[in-house]
Amino acid sequence: MAKALKINKNTEEGLLQLLEFLLDSEKVEGIFSLKKLNKNGNIAYSLITNKDELKGAVPLDPHMPVNAGKILSHFTLAEKTKRPVAAVLRPCELRAFVELIKRAQGSLENILLISLSCGGVFPIDTMNNGDAKKRSSSYAESLKKAENSPDVRKTCQSCDNFLPQLADMTVLTVGKKDADKECIIYLNTKQGENFAKDAPGNTISAEIESSETEKLKSKRKENKEKLFKDFEKTGNGISGFSRVFAACLGCHGCGEACPICYCTLCDFDSKTCEYKPESYESELEHKGGLKIPPGTLFYHLGRMSHMAVSCVACGMCSDVCPVNIPVADVFTKVGAALQDVFQYSPGKDIEEPVPSGTFKEEEFKEVGEH
Amino acid sequence: MSSDFKPNIVGFLCNWCSYAGADLAGSSKMEVKPYLSVIRVMCSSRINSNLVLTALLWGADGVLIAGCHPGDCHYEQGNYYARRRFALLKKIMETLKLEPDRLQLSWVSASEGKRYAEVVNKFSDEITKMGPNPIHKNPKI
Repeated sequence: MAKALKINKNTEEGLLQLLEFLLDSEKVEGIFSLKKLNKNGNIAYSLITNKDELKGAVPLDPHMPVNAGKILSHFTLAEKTKRPVAAVLRPCELRAFVELIKRAQGSLENILLISLSCGGVFPIDTMNNGDAKKRSSSYAESLKKAENSPDVRKTCQSCDNFLPQLADMTVLTVGKKDADKECIIYLNTKQGENFAKDAPGNTISAEIESSETEKLKSKRKENKEKLFKDFEKTGNGISGFSRVFAACLGCHGCGEACPICYCTLCDFDSKTCEYKPESYESELEHKGGLKIPPGTLFYHLGRMSHMAVSCVACGMCSDVCPVNIPVADVFTKVGAALQDVFQYSPGKDIEEPVPSGTFKEEEFKEVGEH
Repeated sequence: MSSDFKPNIVGFLCNWCSYAGADLAGSSKMEVKPYLSVIRVMCSSRINSNLVLTALLWGADGVLIAGCHPGDCHYEQGNYYARRRFALLKKIMETLKLEPDRLQLSWVSASEGKRYAEVVNKFSDEITKMGPNPIHKNPKI
Protein backbone atom coordinates (compact mmCIF):
# COMPACT_ATOMS: atom_id res chain seq x y z
CA MET A 1 0.00 0.00 0.00
CA ALA A 2 1.26 3.39 -0.95
CA LYS A 3 0.85 6.52 1.10
CA ALA A 4 -1.51 9.16 -0.17
CA LEU A 5 -2.72 12.59 0.76
CA LYS A 6 -6.48 13.02 0.95
CA ILE A 7 -7.86 16.53 0.58
CA ASN A 8 -11.55 17.35 0.87
CA LYS A 9 -11.73 19.54 -2.21
CA ASN A 10 -12.23 18.78 -5.86
CA THR A 11 -9.22 17.27 -7.57
CA GLU A 12 -7.85 20.42 -9.20
CA GLU A 13 -8.45 22.61 -6.15
CA GLY A 14 -6.87 19.99 -3.93
CA LEU A 15 -3.76 19.96 -6.08
CA LEU A 16 -3.68 23.76 -6.17
CA GLN A 17 -3.93 23.82 -2.38
CA LEU A 18 -0.92 21.53 -2.18
CA LEU A 19 1.01 23.70 -4.66
CA GLU A 20 0.13 26.79 -2.65
CA PHE A 21 1.30 25.07 0.51
CA LEU A 22 4.60 24.16 -1.14
CA LEU A 23 5.17 27.79 -2.15
CA ASP A 24 3.97 29.22 1.17
CA SER A 25 6.10 26.95 3.28
CA GLU A 26 9.06 27.74 1.01
CA LYS A 27 9.55 24.06 0.36
CA VAL A 28 9.75 24.99 -3.30
CA GLU A 29 10.85 28.20 -4.93
CA GLY A 30 8.66 27.85 -7.98
CA ILE A 31 5.85 25.94 -9.60
CA PHE A 32 5.95 24.71 -13.19
CA SER A 33 2.41 24.25 -14.37
CA LEU A 34 -0.10 25.01 -17.09
CA LYS A 35 -1.63 28.43 -16.64
CA LYS A 36 -4.44 30.35 -18.29
CA LEU A 37 -3.24 33.14 -20.55
CA ASN A 38 -6.60 34.79 -21.12
CA LYS A 39 -10.32 34.20 -20.89
CA ASN A 40 -10.47 32.47 -24.27
CA GLY A 41 -9.14 29.31 -22.78
CA ASN A 42 -5.60 29.68 -24.11
CA ILE A 43 -3.10 28.08 -21.81
CA ALA A 44 0.65 27.70 -21.69
CA TYR A 45 3.26 26.23 -19.42
CA SER A 46 4.44 28.80 -16.91
CA LEU A 47 6.92 29.15 -14.10
CA ILE A 48 5.29 30.64 -11.06
CA THR A 49 7.06 31.99 -8.00
CA ASN A 50 4.41 34.34 -6.65
CA LYS A 51 1.37 33.03 -4.81
CA ASP A 52 -0.96 35.45 -6.61
CA GLU A 53 0.21 34.18 -9.96
CA LEU A 54 -0.92 30.72 -8.91
CA LYS A 55 -4.54 31.84 -9.25
CA GLY A 56 -4.77 31.23 -12.97
CA ALA A 57 -2.89 27.92 -12.80
CA VAL A 58 -4.74 24.99 -14.35
CA PRO A 59 -2.33 22.09 -13.70
CA LEU A 60 -4.81 19.43 -14.82
CA ASP A 61 -6.08 21.17 -17.96
CA PRO A 62 -6.32 18.55 -20.73
CA HIS A 63 -4.09 20.30 -23.26
CA MET A 64 -0.45 19.84 -24.13
CA PRO A 65 0.75 23.06 -25.76
CA VAL A 66 4.24 21.57 -25.86
CA ASN A 67 5.76 18.44 -24.39
CA ALA A 68 6.83 19.63 -20.93
CA GLY A 69 9.71 17.15 -20.87
CA LYS A 70 11.38 19.22 -23.54
CA ILE A 71 10.82 22.46 -21.60
CA LEU A 72 12.16 21.02 -18.34
CA SER A 73 15.19 19.78 -20.24
CA HIS A 74 15.90 23.29 -21.59
CA PHE A 75 15.33 24.63 -18.10
CA THR A 76 17.88 22.32 -16.46
CA LEU A 77 20.32 21.80 -19.33
CA ALA A 78 22.98 24.36 -18.47
CA GLU A 79 22.80 23.62 -14.76
CA LYS A 80 20.39 22.16 -12.22
CA THR A 81 17.92 24.52 -10.57
CA LYS A 82 19.39 26.03 -7.43
CA ARG A 83 16.14 25.93 -5.46
CA PRO A 84 13.49 23.22 -5.59
CA VAL A 85 10.79 23.53 -8.22
CA ALA A 86 7.57 21.53 -8.29
CA ALA A 87 6.63 20.49 -11.84
CA VAL A 88 3.20 19.18 -12.78
CA LEU A 89 3.37 17.15 -15.96
CA ARG A 90 1.66 14.25 -17.71
CA PRO A 91 3.16 10.74 -17.73
CA CYS A 92 4.39 10.92 -21.34
CA GLU A 93 6.02 14.28 -20.63
CA LEU A 94 7.72 12.77 -17.61
CA ARG A 95 8.96 9.86 -19.73
CA ALA A 96 10.31 12.33 -22.26
CA PHE A 97 12.12 14.26 -19.52
CA VAL A 98 13.72 11.05 -18.28
CA GLU A 99 14.80 10.08 -21.80
CA LEU A 100 16.38 13.51 -22.24
CA ILE A 101 18.21 13.27 -18.92
CA LYS A 102 19.63 9.93 -20.09
CA ARG A 103 21.01 11.85 -23.07
CA ALA A 104 22.64 14.42 -20.75
CA GLN A 105 20.02 17.01 -21.66
CA GLY A 106 18.79 17.96 -18.20
CA SER A 107 18.81 17.19 -14.52
CA LEU A 108 16.27 15.79 -12.08
CA GLU A 109 17.96 17.40 -9.14
CA ASN A 110 15.83 19.83 -7.14
CA ILE A 111 12.73 18.99 -9.16
CA LEU A 112 9.67 17.62 -7.46
CA LEU A 113 7.83 15.61 -10.07
CA ILE A 114 4.06 15.70 -9.77
CA SER A 115 2.17 13.69 -12.34
CA LEU A 116 -1.28 12.20 -12.72
CA SER A 117 -3.16 9.19 -13.93
CA CYS A 118 -3.80 10.60 -17.33
CA GLY A 119 -7.05 10.75 -19.26
CA GLY A 120 -5.36 12.21 -22.32
CA VAL A 121 -5.37 15.68 -23.84
CA PHE A 122 -7.29 17.51 -26.56
CA PRO A 123 -5.58 18.27 -29.87
CA ILE A 124 -3.81 21.66 -29.78
CA ASP A 125 -5.75 23.09 -32.68
CA THR A 126 -8.98 22.81 -30.69
CA MET A 127 -7.64 25.01 -27.89
CA ASN A 128 -9.39 28.09 -29.25
CA ASN A 129 -12.68 26.37 -30.03
CA GLY A 130 -15.62 27.89 -28.23
CA ASP A 131 -16.79 24.56 -26.84
CA ALA A 132 -14.04 24.35 -24.23
CA LYS A 133 -16.45 24.29 -21.29
CA LYS A 134 -18.68 21.63 -22.78
CA ARG A 135 -15.74 19.48 -23.75
CA SER A 136 -14.17 19.84 -20.32
CA SER A 137 -17.28 18.66 -18.54
CA SER A 138 -17.74 15.65 -20.82
CA TYR A 139 -14.03 14.93 -20.36
CA ALA A 140 -14.47 15.01 -16.58
CA GLU A 141 -17.43 12.64 -16.79
CA SER A 142 -15.47 10.16 -18.94
CA LEU A 143 -12.59 10.31 -16.48
CA LYS A 144 -14.85 9.45 -13.56
CA LYS A 145 -16.10 6.39 -15.40
CA ALA A 146 -12.54 5.48 -16.47
CA GLU A 147 -13.57 5.74 -20.10
CA ASN A 148 -11.93 7.39 -23.07
CA SER A 149 -13.19 10.86 -23.82
CA PRO A 150 -14.05 10.99 -27.53
CA ASP A 151 -12.48 14.45 -27.83
CA VAL A 152 -8.93 13.53 -26.82
CA ARG A 153 -6.16 12.86 -29.31
CA LYS A 154 -6.12 9.55 -31.13
CA THR A 155 -2.71 8.84 -29.63
CA CYS A 156 -4.08 9.39 -26.11
CA GLN A 157 -7.05 7.12 -26.78
CA SER A 158 -4.66 4.29 -27.51
CA CYS A 159 -2.12 5.01 -24.75
CA ASP A 160 -2.00 2.24 -22.16
CA ASN A 161 0.94 3.84 -20.36
CA PHE A 162 -1.06 6.46 -18.48
CA LEU A 163 0.18 5.78 -14.95
CA PRO A 164 3.41 7.71 -14.28
CA GLN A 165 6.42 5.64 -13.32
CA LEU A 166 8.96 7.95 -11.73
CA ALA A 167 6.74 10.67 -10.28
CA ASP A 168 7.22 11.75 -6.66
CA MET A 169 3.50 12.41 -6.42
CA THR A 170 0.63 11.16 -8.55
CA VAL A 171 -2.76 12.82 -8.67
CA LEU A 172 -5.58 10.35 -9.09
CA THR A 173 -7.99 11.27 -11.87
CA VAL A 174 -8.84 8.07 -13.76
CA GLY A 175 -11.88 6.37 -12.27
CA LYS A 176 -12.16 8.91 -9.45
CA LYS A 177 -15.93 8.99 -9.09
CA ASP A 178 -16.02 11.68 -6.39
CA ALA A 179 -13.47 13.94 -8.09
CA ASP A 180 -15.78 16.89 -7.35
CA LYS A 181 -15.47 16.36 -3.62
CA GLU A 182 -12.19 14.70 -2.93
CA CYS A 183 -8.61 14.83 -4.11
CA ILE A 184 -6.18 11.94 -3.72
CA ILE A 185 -2.48 12.52 -4.27
CA TYR A 186 -0.24 9.47 -3.99
CA LEU A 187 3.17 9.98 -2.41
CA ASN A 188 5.32 7.53 -4.33
CA THR A 189 8.79 8.43 -3.12
CA LYS A 190 10.57 9.56 0.03
CA GLN A 191 11.02 12.96 -1.61
CA GLY A 192 7.29 13.14 -2.27
CA GLU A 193 6.54 12.30 1.36
CA ASN A 194 8.99 14.89 2.66
CA PHE A 195 7.50 17.64 0.56
CA ALA A 196 3.96 16.74 1.54
CA LYS A 197 4.80 16.69 5.24
CA ASP A 198 2.53 19.06 7.19
CA ALA A 199 0.46 19.75 4.08
CA PRO A 200 -3.25 20.25 4.73
CA GLY A 201 -5.20 17.02 4.35
CA ASN A 202 -5.13 13.52 5.80
CA THR A 203 -2.59 10.86 5.08
CA ILE A 204 -4.15 7.56 4.07
CA SER A 205 -2.89 4.41 2.41
CA ALA A 206 -4.25 3.42 -0.93
CA GLU A 207 -3.27 1.69 -4.15
CA ILE A 208 -3.15 3.58 -7.40
CA GLU A 209 -3.91 0.60 -9.58
CA SER A 210 -7.54 -0.39 -9.39
CA SER A 211 -10.13 -2.22 -11.41
CA GLU A 212 -10.92 1.18 -12.95
CA THR A 213 -7.40 1.81 -14.18
CA GLU A 214 -7.26 -1.79 -15.45
CA LYS A 215 -10.48 -1.21 -17.32
CA LEU A 216 -9.11 1.84 -19.10
CA LYS A 217 -5.81 0.11 -19.73
CA SER A 218 -7.41 -2.84 -21.50
CA LYS A 219 -9.67 -0.55 -23.53
CA ARG A 220 -6.69 1.49 -24.65
CA LYS A 221 -4.63 -1.61 -25.43
CA GLU A 222 -7.45 -2.70 -27.67
CA ASN A 223 -7.46 0.71 -29.38
CA LYS A 224 -3.71 0.55 -29.84
CA GLU A 225 -3.85 -2.83 -31.52
CA LYS A 226 -6.59 -1.56 -33.79
CA LEU A 227 -4.60 1.57 -34.63
CA PHE A 228 -1.57 -0.52 -35.58
CA LYS A 229 -3.68 -2.90 -37.65
CA ASP A 230 -5.37 -0.02 -39.44
CA PHE A 231 -2.01 1.39 -40.36
CA GLU A 232 -1.01 -1.93 -41.93
CA LYS A 233 -3.99 -1.72 -44.24
CA THR A 234 -2.72 1.43 -45.90
CA GLY A 235 0.83 2.09 -44.81
CA ASN A 236 2.75 -1.09 -45.61
CA GLY A 237 5.56 -1.24 -48.11
CA ILE A 238 7.30 1.61 -49.86
CA SER A 239 4.15 2.50 -51.79
CA GLY A 240 2.02 2.54 -48.62
CA PHE A 241 4.60 4.49 -46.68
CA SER A 242 4.93 7.09 -49.42
CA ARG A 243 1.14 7.33 -49.57
CA VAL A 244 0.89 8.04 -45.82
CA PHE A 245 3.54 10.75 -46.09
CA ALA A 246 2.49 11.99 -49.52
CA ALA A 247 1.36 15.39 -48.28
CA CYS A 248 4.53 16.03 -46.27
CA LEU A 249 5.75 19.61 -46.70
CA GLY A 250 9.17 18.83 -45.33
CA CYS A 251 8.68 21.45 -42.60
CA HIS A 252 10.30 19.18 -39.98
CA GLY A 253 7.68 20.38 -37.49
CA CYS A 254 7.24 16.84 -36.16
CA GLY A 255 10.90 16.73 -35.23
CA GLU A 256 10.76 20.20 -33.69
CA ALA A 257 7.82 19.18 -31.50
CA CYS A 258 9.26 15.76 -30.69
CA PRO A 259 10.73 15.75 -27.17
CA ILE A 260 13.25 13.05 -28.05
CA CYS A 261 14.65 14.97 -31.04
CA TYR A 262 17.00 17.16 -29.05
CA CYS A 263 19.90 17.71 -31.48
CA THR A 264 20.76 21.40 -31.82
CA LEU A 265 21.56 20.80 -35.46
CA CYS A 266 19.49 18.00 -36.90
CA ASP A 267 21.24 15.82 -39.49
CA PHE A 268 18.40 16.50 -41.87
CA ASP A 269 18.70 20.27 -41.53
CA SER A 270 22.46 20.17 -41.99
CA LYS A 271 24.58 20.70 -45.09
CA THR A 272 24.83 16.91 -45.51
CA CYS A 273 21.19 16.68 -46.47
CA GLU A 274 20.96 19.94 -48.38
CA TYR A 275 19.88 19.64 -52.00
CA LYS A 276 22.27 21.40 -54.33
CA PRO A 277 21.71 21.84 -58.07
CA GLU A 278 23.93 18.86 -58.77
CA SER A 279 21.93 16.69 -56.34
CA TYR A 280 18.76 17.40 -58.33
CA GLU A 281 20.64 16.80 -61.52
CA SER A 282 22.12 13.46 -60.57
CA GLU A 283 18.87 12.20 -59.13
CA LEU A 284 16.86 13.26 -62.16
CA GLU A 285 19.39 11.59 -64.38
CA HIS A 286 18.39 8.14 -63.22
CA LYS A 287 14.88 8.75 -61.91
CA GLY A 288 13.50 11.00 -64.61
CA GLY A 289 11.23 12.72 -62.08
CA LEU A 290 11.43 13.97 -58.53
CA LYS A 291 8.94 14.95 -55.86
CA ILE A 292 9.49 18.45 -54.53
CA PRO A 293 10.41 19.01 -51.77
CA PRO A 294 12.70 15.99 -52.03
CA GLY A 295 13.90 13.75 -49.25
CA THR A 296 10.73 13.69 -47.16
CA LEU A 297 10.66 9.88 -46.84
CA PHE A 298 14.36 9.89 -46.06
CA TYR A 299 13.67 12.39 -43.29
CA HIS A 300 10.92 10.34 -41.66
CA LEU A 301 12.73 7.01 -41.92
CA GLY A 302 15.98 8.59 -40.76
CA ARG A 303 14.39 10.38 -37.83
CA MET A 304 12.65 7.14 -36.95
CA SER A 305 15.93 5.25 -36.83
CA HIS A 306 17.32 7.94 -34.53
CA MET A 307 14.56 8.30 -31.97
CA ALA A 308 11.73 5.77 -32.32
CA VAL A 309 13.27 3.35 -29.82
CA SER A 310 12.77 6.08 -27.21
CA CYS A 311 9.37 7.23 -28.51
CA VAL A 312 7.24 8.09 -25.48
CA ALA A 313 4.03 8.07 -27.55
CA CYS A 314 3.03 11.62 -26.61
CA GLY A 315 1.48 12.35 -30.00
CA MET A 316 2.95 15.85 -30.39
CA CYS A 317 4.15 15.02 -33.93
CA SER A 318 0.64 14.26 -35.20
CA ASP A 319 -0.71 17.24 -33.31
CA VAL A 320 1.55 19.79 -34.94
CA CYS A 321 1.52 18.37 -38.47
CA PRO A 322 0.08 21.12 -40.70
CA VAL A 323 -1.18 18.60 -43.25
CA ASN A 324 -2.63 16.10 -40.76
CA ILE A 325 -0.31 13.20 -41.43
CA PRO A 326 -0.81 10.59 -38.67
CA VAL A 327 2.91 10.71 -37.84
CA ALA A 328 2.41 9.38 -34.32
CA ASP A 329 0.56 6.28 -35.56
CA VAL A 330 3.65 5.25 -37.52
CA PHE A 331 6.19 6.25 -34.90
CA THR A 332 4.38 4.62 -31.97
CA LYS A 333 3.95 1.44 -33.98
CA VAL A 334 7.60 1.27 -34.99
CA GLY A 335 8.61 2.44 -31.51
CA ALA A 336 6.70 -0.41 -29.88
CA ALA A 337 8.34 -2.93 -32.22
CA LEU A 338 11.83 -1.57 -31.48
CA GLN A 339 11.21 -1.38 -27.74
CA ASP A 340 10.20 -5.02 -27.89
CA VAL A 341 13.44 -6.01 -29.66
CA PHE A 342 15.62 -4.20 -27.14
CA GLN A 343 13.39 -4.96 -24.13
CA TYR A 344 13.34 -1.23 -23.44
CA SER A 345 10.72 0.97 -21.82
CA PRO A 346 11.33 4.66 -22.45
CA GLY A 347 11.25 6.77 -19.31
CA LYS A 348 10.90 3.84 -16.94
CA ASP A 349 14.33 3.64 -15.39
CA ILE A 350 16.72 6.57 -15.32
CA GLU A 351 19.74 4.28 -14.91
CA GLU A 352 18.97 2.13 -17.93
CA PRO A 353 21.13 3.17 -20.91
CA VAL A 354 19.58 4.15 -24.25
CA PRO A 355 19.70 1.08 -26.56
CA SER A 356 21.77 2.72 -29.30
CA GLY A 357 24.46 3.75 -26.83
CA THR A 358 25.20 0.33 -25.42
CA PHE A 359 25.45 -3.36 -26.33
CA LYS A 360 25.73 -6.82 -24.86
CA GLU A 361 28.24 -9.28 -26.21
CA GLU A 362 25.78 -12.13 -25.99
CA GLU A 363 22.93 -10.81 -28.12
CA PHE A 364 21.69 -11.01 -31.72
CA LYS A 365 23.82 -14.14 -32.15
CA GLU A 366 22.13 -15.00 -35.43
CA VAL A 367 22.98 -11.62 -36.99
CA GLY A 368 25.97 -11.66 -39.34
CA GLU A 369 26.19 -15.41 -39.75
CA HIS A 370 24.59 -15.44 -43.22
CA MET B 1 11.08 -8.81 -63.72
CA SER B 2 13.27 -9.41 -66.72
CA SER B 3 15.60 -12.38 -66.55
CA ASP B 4 18.62 -10.27 -67.42
CA PHE B 5 18.19 -8.08 -64.36
CA LYS B 6 21.56 -7.07 -62.98
CA PRO B 7 21.21 -5.82 -59.42
CA ASN B 8 23.02 -2.83 -58.06
CA ILE B 9 24.27 -3.65 -54.57
CA VAL B 10 26.14 -1.34 -52.25
CA GLY B 11 28.70 -3.06 -50.04
CA PHE B 12 30.14 -1.35 -46.98
CA LEU B 13 33.28 -3.31 -46.05
CA CYS B 14 35.29 -2.72 -42.94
CA ASN B 15 38.89 -1.87 -43.68
CA TRP B 16 40.51 -4.37 -41.33
CA CYS B 17 38.62 -7.61 -41.94
CA SER B 18 36.11 -7.71 -44.75
CA TYR B 19 37.96 -5.45 -47.19
CA ALA B 20 41.06 -7.58 -46.69
CA GLY B 21 38.85 -10.65 -47.11
CA ALA B 22 37.66 -9.24 -50.44
CA ASP B 23 41.25 -8.63 -51.41
CA LEU B 24 42.13 -12.22 -50.58
CA ALA B 25 39.21 -13.51 -52.65
CA GLY B 26 40.54 -11.48 -55.56
CA SER B 27 44.16 -12.46 -55.24
CA SER B 28 43.10 -16.10 -54.86
CA LYS B 29 41.26 -15.69 -58.18
CA MET B 30 37.90 -16.73 -56.76
CA GLU B 31 34.82 -16.07 -58.76
CA VAL B 32 32.81 -13.23 -57.23
CA LYS B 33 29.67 -11.82 -58.81
CA PRO B 34 30.21 -8.30 -60.13
CA TYR B 35 27.14 -6.55 -58.73
CA LEU B 36 28.66 -5.20 -55.53
CA SER B 37 29.88 -1.58 -55.47
CA VAL B 38 32.34 -1.61 -52.62
CA ILE B 39 32.72 1.29 -50.23
CA ARG B 40 35.57 0.90 -47.80
CA VAL B 41 34.89 2.14 -44.28
CA MET B 42 37.23 2.08 -41.31
CA CYS B 43 34.78 0.10 -39.16
CA SER B 44 31.35 -1.45 -39.56
CA SER B 45 30.22 0.89 -36.78
CA ARG B 46 30.86 3.79 -39.18
CA ILE B 47 27.66 2.73 -40.94
CA ASN B 48 24.70 4.66 -39.68
CA SER B 49 21.09 4.33 -40.73
CA ASN B 50 21.30 7.42 -42.94
CA LEU B 51 23.93 5.82 -45.17
CA VAL B 52 21.89 2.66 -45.63
CA LEU B 53 18.65 4.57 -46.19
CA THR B 54 20.35 6.85 -48.70
CA ALA B 55 21.50 3.83 -50.69
CA LEU B 56 18.10 2.15 -50.63
CA LEU B 57 15.96 5.25 -51.23
CA TRP B 58 18.19 6.44 -54.05
CA GLY B 59 17.79 3.12 -55.84
CA ALA B 60 20.23 0.46 -54.64
CA ASP B 61 18.71 -3.02 -54.91
CA GLY B 62 20.54 -4.26 -51.85
CA VAL B 63 22.93 -3.18 -49.11
CA LEU B 64 25.57 -5.47 -47.64
CA ILE B 65 27.46 -4.48 -44.51
CA ALA B 66 30.47 -6.62 -43.67
CA GLY B 67 32.78 -6.40 -40.68
CA CYS B 68 35.03 -8.35 -38.33
CA HIS B 69 33.54 -11.23 -36.36
CA PRO B 70 32.25 -10.32 -32.89
CA GLY B 71 35.18 -10.19 -30.50
CA ASP B 72 37.67 -9.52 -33.32
CA CYS B 73 36.92 -5.86 -34.01
CA HIS B 74 40.04 -3.79 -34.71
CA TYR B 75 38.53 -1.18 -32.41
CA GLU B 76 37.41 -3.86 -29.94
CA GLN B 77 33.72 -2.93 -29.69
CA GLY B 78 32.75 -1.31 -33.00
CA ASN B 79 31.02 -4.30 -34.51
CA TYR B 80 28.86 -4.80 -31.42
CA TYR B 81 27.46 -1.30 -31.96
CA ALA B 82 27.12 -2.01 -35.68
CA ARG B 83 25.13 -5.15 -34.87
CA ARG B 84 22.71 -3.17 -32.69
CA ARG B 85 22.22 -0.48 -35.33
CA PHE B 86 21.67 -3.12 -37.96
CA ALA B 87 19.09 -4.90 -35.77
CA LEU B 88 17.32 -1.58 -35.21
CA LEU B 89 17.12 -0.62 -38.88
CA LYS B 90 16.17 -4.14 -39.90
CA LYS B 91 13.29 -4.08 -37.40
CA ILE B 92 12.05 -0.76 -38.78
CA MET B 93 12.09 -2.23 -42.30
CA GLU B 94 10.32 -5.37 -41.07
CA THR B 95 7.64 -3.40 -39.25
CA LEU B 96 6.89 -1.21 -42.25
CA LYS B 97 7.29 -4.11 -44.73
CA LEU B 98 10.04 -2.27 -46.56
CA GLU B 99 11.60 -5.49 -47.92
CA PRO B 100 14.06 -6.06 -45.08
CA ASP B 101 15.78 -8.81 -47.04
CA ARG B 102 17.49 -6.15 -49.11
CA LEU B 103 19.68 -5.39 -46.10
CA GLN B 104 22.27 -7.85 -44.83
CA LEU B 105 25.08 -7.86 -42.30
CA SER B 106 27.79 -10.51 -42.59
CA TRP B 107 30.93 -11.14 -40.58
CA VAL B 108 33.91 -11.78 -42.87
CA SER B 109 37.46 -11.90 -41.50
CA ALA B 110 40.65 -11.04 -43.38
CA SER B 111 41.47 -14.71 -43.87
CA GLU B 112 38.03 -15.64 -45.15
CA GLY B 113 38.41 -14.93 -48.86
CA LYS B 114 36.31 -17.97 -49.63
CA ARG B 115 33.56 -16.87 -47.27
CA TYR B 116 33.61 -13.40 -48.82
CA ALA B 117 32.98 -14.88 -52.27
CA GLU B 118 30.20 -17.09 -50.90
CA VAL B 119 28.51 -14.22 -49.05
CA VAL B 120 28.57 -11.91 -52.06
CA ASN B 121 27.46 -14.60 -54.52
CA LYS B 122 24.61 -15.76 -52.30
CA PHE B 123 23.41 -12.23 -51.53
CA SER B 124 23.66 -11.31 -55.24
CA ASP B 125 21.53 -14.34 -56.15
CA GLU B 126 18.95 -13.48 -53.51
CA ILE B 127 18.68 -9.87 -54.67
CA THR B 128 18.50 -10.93 -58.32
CA LYS B 129 15.64 -13.21 -57.37
CA MET B 130 13.87 -10.39 -55.50
CA GLY B 131 14.09 -8.16 -58.53
CA PRO B 132 14.59 -4.41 -58.69
CA ASN B 133 14.06 -2.17 -55.68
CA PRO B 134 10.39 -1.08 -55.81
CA ILE B 135 11.57 2.51 -55.39
CA HIS B 136 12.19 2.41 -59.15
CA LYS B 137 8.48 2.02 -59.70
CA ASN B 138 7.90 5.11 -57.56
CA PRO B 139 10.54 7.40 -58.94
CA LYS B 140 8.95 10.55 -57.62
CA ILE B 141 9.47 9.91 -53.91
